[in-house]
Amino acid sequence: MTVIENTKPESTRKFPLRKRIFGNGHRPGFLTYGLLFAFFLASAYPLWWSVVIGSRSNEALGQTWPPLLPGGNFWTNVGEVFDTIPFWLALGNSVLISGIITVSVVAFSTLAGYSFAKLRFRGRNGLMVAVIATMAIPTQLGIIPLFMMMRTLGWTGEIGAVVIPTLVTAFGVFFMRQYLVDVIPDELIESARMDGASMISTFWHVALPAARPAMAILGLFTFMTAWTDFLWPLLVLDAGNPTLQTALSQLQAARYVDYSIVLTGAVLATLPLLVLFALAGRQLISGIMQGAVKG
Amino acid sequence: MTTTLNRPAAPRTAAPKQKPTFRQRLNVLDVKASPYLYIAPFFLLFALVGLFPLGYTFFVSLFDWHLLKGQGEFVGMANFAEVLRDRFFWNSLFNTMSIFLLSTIPQLVVATAIAAVLDQHLRAKTFWRMSILLPYIVTPVAVAMIFANMFGEQYGLINNILASLGIDRIMWMNETLPSHIAIATMVNWRWTGYNALILLAAMQAVPRDIYESAAIDGAGPFRRFFSITLPSIRPTMIFVVITATIGGLQIFTEPKLYDPRSAGGTARQFQTTVLYLWEMAFQRQNFGQAATIAWLLFLIIILFGIVNWLITRRIATAGDIRKIRTRVTSRRVR
Repeated sequence: MTVIENTKPESTRKFPLRKRIFGNGHRPGFLTYGLLFAFFLASAYPLWWSVVIGSRSNEALGQTWPPLLPGGNFWTNVGEVFDTIPFWLALGNSVLISGIITVSVVAFSTLAGYSFAKLRFRGRNGLMVAVIATMAIPTQLGIIPLFMMMRTLGWTGEIGAVVIPTLVTAFGVFFMRQYLVDVIPDELIESARMDGASMISTFWHVALPAARPAMAILGLFTFMTAWTDFLWPLLVLDAGNPTLQTALSQLQAARYVDYSIVLTGAVLATLPLLVLFALAGRQLISGIMQGAVKG
Repeated sequence: MTTTLNRPAAPRTAAPKQKPTFRQRLNVLDVKASPYLYIAPFFLLFALVGLFPLGYTFFVSLFDWHLLKGQGEFVGMANFAEVLRDRFFWNSLFNTMSIFLLSTIPQLVVATAIAAVLDQHLRAKTFWRMSILLPYIVTPVAVAMIFANMFGEQYGLINNILASLGIDRIMWMNETLPSHIAIATMVNWRWTGYNALILLAAMQAVPRDIYESAAIDGAGPFRRFFSITLPSIRPTMIFVVITATIGGLQIFTEPKLYDPRSAGGTARQFQTTVLYLWEMAFQRQNFGQAATIAWLLFLIIILFGIVNWLITRRIATAGDIRKIRTRVTSRRVR
């Protein structure tokens, strides 16, 4: 059943249609950049604020209109931070913990992801469904038995206790599988097999080089997640052997909080990630836009 | 000097089945076993440190269990009854939900707006994208410290500005709703840019010719946004909501460090469920009830996940590009 309508008369607008069409050489105007600048300020100001206060003293907080520029107190405050918490030890611990977790997650995810993506075996689909189902499970809620396990093993206070719960993630396996399915042509694997390569050497020489970009992205996000974790290290480590995050929180736990010191600590703890961001910001963005998710 | 040896002639009738050589058998084993070997480390480790602790949580919740004294008597469901009667448990659930809503709804709206603004031919595209992602690299601990300072009741930046504008100081720490807003602000600040990029990726997947045909049909920018962009990114939005749910119901760091000397405020006004779990386990040292809280929260999160998933299946198809495409093209054909 068709109804023939009168077609609309040609649009008689002031501007030619072309100009008004979205994404057809249309340049965004002043308003767009104004909005973007507002978002930029909202993102950057709290960080800038912590730099400003961290380089002054608590008196700066009493002023009605806060100072806009950093003062000259920064190095004094840094010295205070170093006196209050074992900063370098904490930094080393954080690097070590995040590094171990990253290597483990990336290695096991690539292996399992490759197997799910490219190899045929009985029960493959069922097991993949199991992986996807476990992605939504909040494993963080198993902390009480995990804590008991660590205590029984006598690992509380050790770095090993921090890395154990996140040595593998279901998301990592899923992410690597999604990537490898399209990236490795089956012919490539077959030809390597015809040349007499064993399964593991096929993985090593064919799959690994192809998986490298995804491994980098997964590694980046795993590192970030491990670096920012707070609850678990807080439970299994003590004040004498902290990660950067738990050490930072000790700055705040004093009876009289000196905020200039606290915010100096926050700045110091953010610096390593700022460096990482400067080096790998593009990868981080493309990773998010390809569907990397919170772990 | 050659000698010819008379070899016995090979049997004419070849054996119907040749015995595979050792090498071939090894190869078959390699092909059969390798896939399982590659997935084994993940499954073994995950079972050990992921699934087993969750299951064992339920076991612990059936006992009187003390942090130091260890396993006590079997009490069955008594812990559950106790927790469900516990005022503080319901209070923590209320706080968690309230903070979750305050940190999801505005975040989604703002993230969508940012994504729409970014989805244009911009100069310095990467710079803008990096600038909105900046908060994501600040760890929650540092975020909590910075905002705890800004929301300070006496000397905080925000109250100072309010006071100078002649508005009464707001009790950001001691009152329930303001404290929830403060904590939600921390979450929003850190995650909005991140989610905006996810939504931006979805927007960029919308074919440009649809926008063009809509524009030719006389749809303005707002009409195009609500009729084309929003339906197209709906599946991604749901995905963002689900991840936000799983994370948001387990919020701990921000409320813990907003007031580090208490477990969620002097009157528990911003004590979230994981924070209450922490207090129950490591301050009151009641592992049995802490495990019960963990298990109940686990059930709630799974329930949310299932509901989300059902809704997704209902409306994910509604935002189908092809439908819009056919609608647009058929109109143009007419």
